[in-house]
Amino acid sequence: MDYFIELFFSGLTRGSIYALIALGYTMVYGIIGLINFAHGEIYMIGAFTSFIVATVLSIYGFPLLAIVIIAGIAAVVWSSSYGFTIEKIAYKPLRHAPRLSPLISAIGMSIFLQNYVLLAQTSDFLPFPTLIPDFPFMEPIAHIVGSTDLMILVTTVVVMIALTFVIKFTKIGKAMRATAQDRTMATLVGINVNNVISATFIVGSALAAVGGLLIASHIGQINFYIGFLAGIKAFTAAVLGGIGSIPGAVLGSLILGLTESFATGYVSSDYEDVFAFMLLVLILIFKPSGLLGKATNQKV
Amino acid sequence: MKLTLSGKFLSTAACVLMALSAPAMGVAGDTIKFGVAGPHSGDLASYGLPTVNAAKLVIDKVNANGGINGKKVEMLIEDDVCKPEISTNTATKLVSDGAEVVLGHICSGATIAAMPIYKNAGILVVSPSATSDELTLSGNYPNFFRTIAPNAAQSPAMIDFAVDKLGLTKIAIIHDKGDYGKPLAEGAKKHVEQKGKGEVVLFEGITPGAMDYSAIVQKIKQSGAQVVVFGGYHPEASKIVTIMKKKRLDTAFVSDDGVKDDTFIKVAGESAEGVYAAGPQDNSANPLAAEAKEAHKKAFGSDPGAFFEGAYAATVAMLNAIDKADSTKLEDLKKVLQSEKVDTPVGKINFNEKGDAIGVGFSMYVVEKGKYVVVK
Repeated sequence: MDYFIELFFSGLTRGSIYALIALGYTMVYGIIGLINFAHGEIYMIGAFTSFIVATVLSIYGFPLLAIVIIAGIAAVVWSSSYGFTIEKIAYKPLRHAPRLSPLISAIGMSIFLQNYVLLAQTSDFLPFPTLIPDFPFMEPIAHIVGSTDLMILVTTVVVMIALTFVIKFTKIGKAMRATAQDRTMATLVGINVNNVISATFIVGSALAAVGGLLIASHIGQINFYIGFLAGIKAFTAAVLGGIGSIPGAVLGSLILGLTESFATGYVSSDYEDVFAFMLLVLILIFKPSGLLGKATNQKV
Repeated sequence: MKLTLSGKFLSTAACVLMALSAPAMGVAGDTIKFGVAGPHSGDLASYGLPTVNAAKLVIDKVNANGGINGKKVEMLIEDDVCKPEISTNTATKLVSDGAEVVLGHICSGATIAAMPIYKNAGILVVSPSATSDELTLSGNYPNFFRTIAPNAAQSPAMIDFAVDKLGLTKIAIIHDKGDYGKPLAEGAKKHVEQKGKGEVVLFEGITPGAMDYSAIVQKIKQSGAQVVVFGGYHPEASKIVTIMKKKRLDTAFVSDDGVKDDTFIKVAGESAEGVYAAGPQDNSANPLAAEAKEAHKKAFGSDPGAFFEGAYAATVAMLNAIDKADSTKLEDLKKVLQSEKVDTPVGKINFNEKGDAIGVGFSMYVVEKGKYVVVK
């Protein structure tokens, strides 16, 4: 039973890691129907920004809490400005182009950002500072769920609730939903669609930056390539849960994480990915729009 | 803005291009072209760059003394990012650029992918680091030599160390499913079975680059292993030891020369303390090794990195063979490499029929206070 609980929490942590990134994918897809492949890179840039800021601040001897907060804010601001700029440069000019064009543009952006960080920073793995200390009250169960795991779990839940709230009950949320339903109609009733789309990218990028800080301090290392794999897995999770749906992204991520963890624990880690993708195939066969995705007719 | 390509512009451009390429063609044939291939960028660059430095030091020295038989040695450096799908392009580029011998590649997978191209071109390849058994023991690549011992020798070294020296008999063997790590792990498993002492309680492959290894760490714990033997590279190893520490698991960790890299210590930080790793034998008593290290410090201002000594030795052996044979033909070079011993930082070496250096083995190292030190 202990073993089961240990694996369960491993899976939960892993799932929450995916969820923090998957939320950004699903938001952008929900609004403009674009799979933003550069999203993983935004997460990577968030991790690098918090790494640089945290390193500098720790040289000046700031207290840990201040470092976490300042590094977090810096990462959020910096990543959001990247997200905003990427949308303006790579996606906005292609808004009326065939669907394949922005997709290719997204992949190009992803490759560009990877190589940009590779050249501007380093190709090496960098040790990420321990930003989340070991809480004393966690010590008795540290072998099952550690302090960083807890922070990731809590953040994911908080972020999901906050996002749902924003989208359901605020003005900008209403505008986002309207834009998602029908962009032309939204323009006609006076919604500034461009601003709504920019806001979506900013929020999504901010989430990825928070994810970058938390996940990097969980794993303890970063390099320019971490965004790619994180992006692929998070994308899978978003599709699994129904891309475009916010609770769906979290649910899909948790299911993916738990599947991988139990597959490793009870079968073999050699087959971890096999099980994860088998699950994806099965769900897409029986529910093509994903677990919580709404089946919509193709708009022509 | 619209750029118009006039005939005048094109012809000017063509003239400039021809003028630029002319000098390069002029010197062809007067130099010995020495290819260096390996990861020089990307996440495994720390394995490849020391080799470039080693070759540069030896070649600069040789060129300063007038070159080989009157010819200067020219380096052709190509990056393979340690990826098999890229290393074939790297090899093709080197062959078409006229490389006569090649130092490299670094990673086993990339080397195996590139070898058929060199084999067809009849080019001698000497690697300081590719330890895959297939490269020499299979006999498929008669043009391949190396200055490091094969995995077949490394796996037993790791297991013997864990069982005999540390006295730990319950062994979990983990690998990264790659060309380098998996055969190493399989060799280790086989060795445990033959040894009749010790027991493999877990044998698993992990997905390299995954974001979180806590599930496999829990499984290691569940298996009751006393020691983890890991076959793979340092990024995964550092993630695993970090998670092990977080999950309060103090099982011993024994790994391979892919982990015996300072980047591992830098990244894993405190979690790296007490990790054992096999590595190219300790040559600190060899005066040539000390000399090479000094030269590196002087030229590049830092301590040399992984596989530096092996690469230095490989370059010395290759240039010596070219000198003695007065040719760069594969058959002539092989004869010299196999028959004549040459003094290098890894000892006085020549090569056996298969292409492995004779007298080169592994030492075990342990991380102590942020540094790898030899286990006595």
